[in-house]
Amino acid sequence: MKILVCLSNVPDTTSKITFTDNNTKFNTAGVQFIINPYDELALTKALEITEKQGGSVTTITVGLAETEPSIRKGLAIGATDAVRVNAEATDAYFVAEQIAAYAKGEGFDLILTGREGIDYNSGQVAGILGEMLGLPSVNVITSIEIENDVATMERDIDGGREKVSCKLPLVASAQKELTEPRIPNMRGIMAARSKPLKVVEATGSEKNSATVAFDLPPAKSGVKLIAPEDAASLIGILHNDIKII
Amino acid sequence: MNVLIFAEQIDGHFKKSTFEAITYGNDIAKTTAGQTIAAVLGKVDNAHLSELANYGADKIIHVNNDKLNAFVPEAYAKVVAEIASKENASVMVISNTYTGKSIAGRVAAKLKAGIASGVISAPDTALGFKVRRGVFSGKAFADVNITSSIKVLAITPNTFDIKQDAKAANITEMTADVSDSDFVTNIIELNRVTGKIPLTEAEVVVSGGRGLKGPENWHLIEDLATALGAATACSKPVSDMHWRPHSEHVGQTGITIKPNLYIAVGISGAIQHLAGVSSSKVIVAINKDPEAPFFKAADYGIVGDAFEVMPKIIEAAKALHH
Ligand SMILES: Cc1cc2nc3c(=O)[nH]c(=O)nc-3n(C[C@H](O)[C@H](O)[C@H](O)COP(=O)(O)OP(=O)(O)OC[C@H]3O[C@@H](n4cnc5c(N)ncnc54)[C@H](O)[C@@H]3O)c2cc1C
Repeated sequence: MKILVCLSNVPDTTSKITFTDNNTKFNTAGVQFIINPYDELALTKALEITEKQGGSVTTITVGLAETEPSIRKGLAIGATDAVRVNAEATDAYFVAEQIAAYAKGEGFDLILTGREGIDYNSGQVAGILGEMLGLPSVNVITSIEIENDVATMERDIDGGREKVSCKLPLVASAQKELTEPRIPNMRGIMAARSKPLKVVEATGSEKNSATVAFDLPPAKSGVKLIAPEDAASLIGILHNDIKII
Repeated sequence: MNVLIFAEQIDGHFKKSTFEAITYGNDIAKTTAGQTIAAVLGKVDNAHLSELANYGADKIIHVNNDKLNAFVPEAYAKVVAEIASKENASVMVISNTYTGKSIAGRVAAKLKAGIASGVISAPDTALGFKVRRGVFSGKAFADVNITSSIKVLAITPNTFDIKQDAKAANITEMTADVSDSDFVTNIIELNRVTGKIPLTEAEVVVSGGRGLKGPENWHLIEDLATALGAATACSKPVSDMHWRPHSEHVGQTGITIKPNLYIAVGISGAIQHLAGVSSSKVIVAINKDPEAPFFKAADYGIVGDAFEVMPKIIEAAKALHH
């Protein structure tokens, strides 16, 4: 079983989000970066699969050198080797294109991504990648079992859950519940130092979208308090005054 | 420019988010002197199909192929992209639901189109083609300029109003060029909770946190939700402890929602929780701790014990419909 896991490097969930350069750049000052939580689930699941059935887990990250601590962490958690495509991850289409360019001809049986990056929340890499490689893509999986060359997966659908089966190779995106993330141990951290991390250059494709500015949501004007003994009046306010129910 | 809207349906019925998408697409078509075209895949009867004309669809293209009654992303994307090319669509509008998200990227790749998902604004076409989308799980917005000739927009449900723009129902039946090889994924089992509003599409959401002490107290959340026709949600620890299903977990690592009204009961308001709910139009926080961070993000607040205040609120909500 040869598995590729897409790892993205994102700001920690507690980060306060601010921008610089006239609101055109994300302000990384003081921000701690982590492996995208959904990608961490994908990686852990990949390791669970190869531990049972044998095989290798390669991680791939589209990002500049500053993403390497997260990539090393992936190796410490247990990935066999890692690839970094030396380019800034600007949009989902570009990222998927870079990963597709690498994965083509490598013969991966399974490609796992996270459901979305908690930074740009596009949730589109799995689908674009699947299409570019001519593979099916199964989004938001909460379980996966592989027998022979068929994967059986559960996935979230609008208002419910679906169980699907699909012949390998395929692309799938990890949803919460797929597994619990693994924390690297000392031995893993030591071993990660000597595991291969290959850097490849981006293929020269043109980007078809660009973020031109950022903005923050307007601050709330302040909470209006209702005394607990008048709690019932909340319904009146919502119904009569602001007509929201 | 011609706008093609993927009109998502479940068992022959359109959802509210589908009508939102039609209105959204129709507004673009109108300002750019194009046609508003809806693509419907799978079995839907004419009465339902013609509903799309009420919101501005000039043309409704229906692909009634038995195989498409099951939602298989690779096949759906192929058919939708084929219709987009045939109809000369410059803009594709798709709802950013689980279904929509599963095909948006594939359609974009087929059409070599730039894609923006989680879109919350109409495109600004004054200089290029710019849309606003949510980023950092609700903590910020990004303005994205799409430069390819075809654009795919996956729009956030509950963001755009539905507007009537009645046209004559012009339904075209189309046969799609699909074969068994387009259906690689097989659906073995499908369970949809019926009679329950999907969280991402709910206009009102009642949500509970660890302050409710245990799953046995969830009637306080459910009773209010029932009285208000709302969906139920919860904080992460609540789903981690299996008090509630994971599908109800909202926040940065759960679902991002945008209802008109979000009522948070016994939830502290941690940054990761707020990320997923702060775009709600009106937020009510109920918490016994006056220092709870949720009060800084709320429009209305009750500092009190949920076990005492919730029964009063539920009673008032029930009385509303009498
Ligand atoms: C990587 C990461 C990702 C995360 N992602 C998410 C996420 O997506 N969503 C999420 O929700 N959290 C997330 N969290 C967790 C988050 O940091 C908080 O721990 C969590 O939101 C707290 O849940 P809570 O408010 O229900 O519980 P608590 O923090 O325990 O708060 C309970 C609240 O209930 C109040 N209370 C207690 N008793 C009563 C009563 N009788 N009546 C009224 N109020 C009462 C208390 O005053 C308190 O404010 C994440 C954390 C990490 C580290």
